[in-house]
Amino acid sequence: MNSTFNVVTSQEYKYGFVTDIEADSVAPGLSEEVIRFISAKKGEPDWLLDFRLKAYRHWLTMAEPDWAKVAYPKPDFQKIVYYSAPRAKAPKYASMDEVDPELRRTFEKLGVPIHEQAALAGVAVDVVFDSVSVTTTYKEKLKAVGIIFCSFSEAVKEHPDLVKKYLGSVVPYSDNFYAALNSAVFTDGSFVFIPKGVACPMDLSTYFRINNKESGQFERTLIVAEEGASVSYLEGCTAPQFDTNQLHAAVVELVALDHASIKYSTVQNWYAGDKDGVGGIFNFVTKRGLCKGRASHISWTQVETGSAITWKYPSCILLGDDSIGEFYSVALTNHKQQADTGTKMVHIGRNTKSTIVSKGISAGDSSNSYRGLVKVQPKAEGARNFSQCDSMLIGQTCSASTFPYIEVQNRSARVEHEATTSKIGEEQLLYFQQRGIPAEEAISMIINGFCKDVFRELPMEFAVEATKLLSLKLEGSVG
Amino acid sequence: MLSIKNLTASINGTPVLKGIDLEIKAGEIHAIMGPNGSGKSTLGKVLVGHPSYEVTGGEVTFEGRDLFALEADERARAGLFMGFQHPIEVPGVSNAAFLRLAYNKKAEAEGRDELDPLEFDDFIREKIKLVSMKEEFLDRSLNEGFSGGEKKRNEILQMAVLEPKLAILDELDSGLDIDALRVLGDAVNQLMRPERALLVITHFPRILETIRPQYVHVLSGGRILKSAGPELAVELEERGYDWVLEEAAAGGRR
Repeated sequence: MNSTFNVVTSQEYKYGFVTDIEADSVAPGLSEEVIRFISAKKGEPDWLLDFRLKAYRHWLTMAEPDWAKVAYPKPDFQKIVYYSAPRAKAPKYASMDEVDPELRRTFEKLGVPIHEQAALAGVAVDVVFDSVSVTTTYKEKLKAVGIIFCSFSEAVKEHPDLVKKYLGSVVPYSDNFYAALNSAVFTDGSFVFIPKGVACPMDLSTYFRINNKESGQFERTLIVAEEGASVSYLEGCTAPQFDTNQLHAAVVELVALDHASIKYSTVQNWYAGDKDGVGGIFNFVTKRGLCKGRASHISWTQVETGSAITWKYPSCILLGDDSIGEFYSVALTNHKQQADTGTKMVHIGRNTKSTIVSKGISAGDSSNSYRGLVKVQPKAEGARNFSQCDSMLIGQTCSASTFPYIEVQNRSARVEHEATTSKIGEEQLLYFQQRGIPAEEAISMIINGFCKDVFRELPMEFAVEATKLLSLKLEGSVG
Repeated sequence: MLSIKNLTASINGTPVLKGIDLEIKAGEIHAIMGPNGSGKSTLGKVLVGHPSYEVTGGEVTFEGRDLFALEADERARAGLFMGFQHPIEVPGVSNAAFLRLAYNKKAEAEGRDELDPLEFDDFIREKIKLVSMKEEFLDRSLNEGFSGGEKKRNEILQMAVLEPKLAILDELDSGLDIDALRVLGDAVNQLMRPERALLVITHFPRILETIRPQYVHVLSGGRILKSAGPELAVELEERGYDWVLEEAAAGGRR
């Protein structure tokens, strides 16, 4: 009878190929020399090198956190390659024609439109391959309305004042172990600046690809929306299939000024390791948004399906009065995957509101935890939070946990937390099958129903992708 | 249409069906009655492929095919339907989307055209009249927050959409008031055709006043103890089940 549950979960990871490309890499290991090398390689100003070195020195004093409900061999930080870039004729490609054809084919295979005339028209894309940004599309068009969308390295050169002003302003280098590491060694990422009063006319997107077997990916993303500005930003990620673990430790900072709005969506499909838990990405990411201005609005939507280990808590600091923070999440784990993910909503300003909708799906032998903090500070008069955390279990050998932390220091605050756990049980499946619907389609329909409140927050193309991705990831779990 | 020979089945190693024989031909309506816990619902579940039950012996053919060689969804597409006693709730899946997928799976299996959402909308709006269901129930999540009676209406609506050859109706009357029972009973009668058949599983004879069987079987202890015409239902209504059980026990001793 249990055979039904042991089969529906596993389509092979289809992005697991490696691109054979010449790369400029530094030898494995981390030291001040390596950091100076990275900084010099990128031609960075002194203040940025100082930032990195301070972060590194601070990192040396820190211990890797172990409070999350994940178990893994601690990475050996001296075995990681901290800089790896596809070798190019010029430091930055002037046009797509200069991009290595092998690299172009890679992104075609991944379905990432790096040509502006490509399928996903209307979305500007920044493509990051290992340590560097390869290309950014629609730059000129965006520039016309004053929007800056470029690689982080380029922003350091072209817009140093903006970078200096905001870098580390939301996630200080001392924030946590992985944020400190990232601050010391980050290589590239995206920079977005939406000036006062401008609504970004298209979705902006960054596609991250880890290719090098030994390299870690340490990207840094900074998005600033000035007064009254708005932007929707999408992030996608894949990695080849290796039997060793790669480390991904990114930092994302969002800053929203008065009446600004930032919507940040992620579909994470890093390689998850094989069904026995060999290989896969260790995903230790710090994402935080600062609702700095009055009535500002930051919304995180994430669909987490990949990585061997996920440790990620996209958060909102609700500083401005009447600001709004949102977190919509679907985290799916299968086989031996472990995810400990959630959010932090820190209410500082008056009448700040936050919404948390988290949907965890566990299958196989995986472990899936929601960990969330709702904190209402003394001055946050009239703060409101609503949290909904639902877990769904598929089969008998997976686990789901919920760790809500609620700290309220203002009497007028209203905080609501709801949680449910359900199981795709035999009865549910039989019902669908009895109506002629095969088990796999039934699971996909049940899962999509379960995730509906999150999927409707995603931009349309992403929602379609996410739906397909979940079905693929669960193929073989029940049958 | 359905031929059951010496069927035995168990759950977690405990035998629950201990040798069932039953023949159902096209155009026939059979009723299986029995006291609570007699195994009558089990028979339906085993036939549609409930994974908790293990078939330990016997043969079942449906339209000439070995039923147990088919997956549960294949049995459904071959024309076997069960109206569940306790239909499950599925949050986030719209009733209309579910009905359309079920319809299209069957259409695909039979080589008919599948219906797009607009075509299906016209189709389903006609069908809901049969069970007097309000249109709003189409847009709601599948069975979520439906009352007992609304769930049963939805079961018969699904039957109307799928037009099965053999429909097994498990305790259709539970949770229904008299008026709703009459509406659904009439709907089932309208769906009956000479080339179709019905197997009505019920504890109470009341529903058999609307859906009139030609054959009534009493199932208890995992066996069919008595089979007769519709008059048996009337007798059970008057006398209860004990006399059948006693008669069978006496027969066993002889």
